[in-house]
Amino acid sequence: MERYYQPEIECAPVEQLKAMQDERLVKQVKHVWDNVPYYRKKMEEKGVTPEDIKGTEDLHKLPFLTKDDLRLAYPYGLMGKPKEECVRIQSTSGTTGKRVVAFYTQHDIDLWEDCCARAIMAAGGTKEDVCQVSYGYGLFTGGPGLNGGSHKVGCLTVPTSSGNTERQIMFIKDLESTILCCTPSYAAYLGETMKEMGMTPDQIPLKAGIFGAEAWSEEMRQDIQNTLGIKAYDIYGLTELSGPGVSFECSEQSGMHINEDHFIAEIIDPNTGEVLPEGTKGELVFTSLTKEAFPLLRYRTRDICVLSRKKCSCGRTFIKMAKPMGRSDDMLIIRGVNVFPSQIEAVLLNAGYPANYQIIVDRVRNTDTFDVQVEMTPEMFTDNMGEIQKRQASLEAGLRSMLGISARVVLVAPKTIARSEGKAVRVIDKRKI
Amino acid sequence: MTLNQISVFVENKPGKLQQLTDVLAQNKINMRALSLAETVEFGIVRIIVDDTAAATAVLTAEGFIHTITQVLGVAIPDEPGGLNHVLHALSGSDINMEYMYAFLGGKDAKKAYMIFHAKDNAAAAAALAAQGITCIGQDAVAEL
Repeated sequence: MERYYQPEIECAPVEQLKAMQDERLVKQVKHVWDNVPYYRKKMEEKGVTPEDIKGTEDLHKLPFLTKDDLRLAYPYGLMGKPKEECVRIQSTSGTTGKRVVAFYTQHDIDLWEDCCARAIMAAGGTKEDVCQVSYGYGLFTGGPGLNGGSHKVGCLTVPTSSGNTERQIMFIKDLESTILCCTPSYAAYLGETMKEMGMTPDQIPLKAGIFGAEAWSEEMRQDIQNTLGIKAYDIYGLTELSGPGVSFECSEQSGMHINEDHFIAEIIDPNTGEVLPEGTKGELVFTSLTKEAFPLLRYRTRDICVLSRKKCSCGRTFIKMAKPMGRSDDMLIIRGVNVFPSQIEAVLLNAGYPANYQIIVDRVRNTDTFDVQVEMTPEMFTDNMGEIQKRQASLEAGLRSMLGISARVVLVAPKTIARSEGKAVRVIDKRKI
Repeated sequence: MTLNQISVFVENKPGKLQQLTDVLAQNKINMRALSLAETVEFGIVRIIVDDTAAATAVLTAEGFIHTITQVLGVAIPDEPGGLNHVLHALSGSDINMEYMYAFLGGKDAKKAYMIFHAKDNAAAAAALAAQGITCIGQDAVAEL
């Protein structure tokens, strides 16, 4: 039986949703024009005023926002409410080490948690469930988002956060957790660890998992479903828009329903910015309709994706997005964390080394491996082996502090990093997703 | 008196050391001593050659990362206890060796040669001299 958190919205007729979006968009554009001088200036430069936006059909007239805008406006430049009305920030890494900081009023948090609650109920969750949230808590949106959603559904919430795998398994067993929320790679790792401990899926009470924050394949879904004996559901989101719960999977497991009462999705040509028709592959762009504190209009996600309005057997009328198929920029998602090659460059330059490096990402036993090959330089080389290893360790520490995840630094001979047309190839992603 | 040791960065992969010896062979540079310190991923090849200037010039031209380090060379009798005598001289003066290696096969068959690197080479040389052990100089390397 399909469950809904807010069926009157999730299953509303498409015309009704459209009318709601029209009304909310007009209001949101006015809110941004009045309160976000940064975006108002962008509108003025484009010759658009709030009066030009009468509904979703006028959306294309508005200027885009990109991660660069977030960097330029950092930290308070895109805030839509005065500080005293905001209650929370969440954050994610940005392009050049500057973090993306997003703000929330209490109302924003409320709506975000509603979105997460919809995802949990779409995965079959009810207040009878014990929901273990093994996403990281803190600045990362994963933990706080699903935690709030779980409360709203009324699940008994187990906020284990990420890490400490044996304790995770102990709680799953002892507290009889039925829903697991974490990154897909961590779910796979938990499954393998349980297997190594001699546990079979029927000894584990889990029935569903809500996994997101990184790309995963259908094969990986099958793997996780088999090792944990659960149904594995995808969830999508960005800190810039709120966090997880921008879209979520239903029982059909064939794409994620976008919460259209809060977000308008568009697909554009990443090169021209032109809006593409439904069913065409392109870059996903979101407009936040209800966020007060961080109201982003036409934010370019850089995720390459396809939208579909095909009728879904779950009864929801929200448009569906396919799993993102790639990026239109050079951002990598490694173990759920955003990584930009420019950040690695910054760490090397800070340490006084030239930026001769290559990132090699692979997925071994469903876990991402992350190597940074660094070309040895006369500056870094010495006859003292201990000293070289110390420099290597200090680069690894620098990367960990910049990125929030650990990378292995591999020192290689000069000119061994592949170059194409004279330009070094910075990223080799061997993961088959 | 110290010797010029050339330390070269090589990746710990098949064929990498041979690329280095290829370059030396093609340029007719004769190695008198060699040692290899390695980690899983890379190594430091330490060599003493007859013509340091020529060797560093070709290594630079061929893109090998390298550096020159001063080390101590000591001739010891090629017989039991030969090294032991030298080490006694050093440990008696509380001098710690960072690394050392040996080479045989000089023109004088009765002698072996030890290469040392101490944190303080001058102090080590002085401790050896106090026991009547002299260090060989770079100009002697070609003659050995």
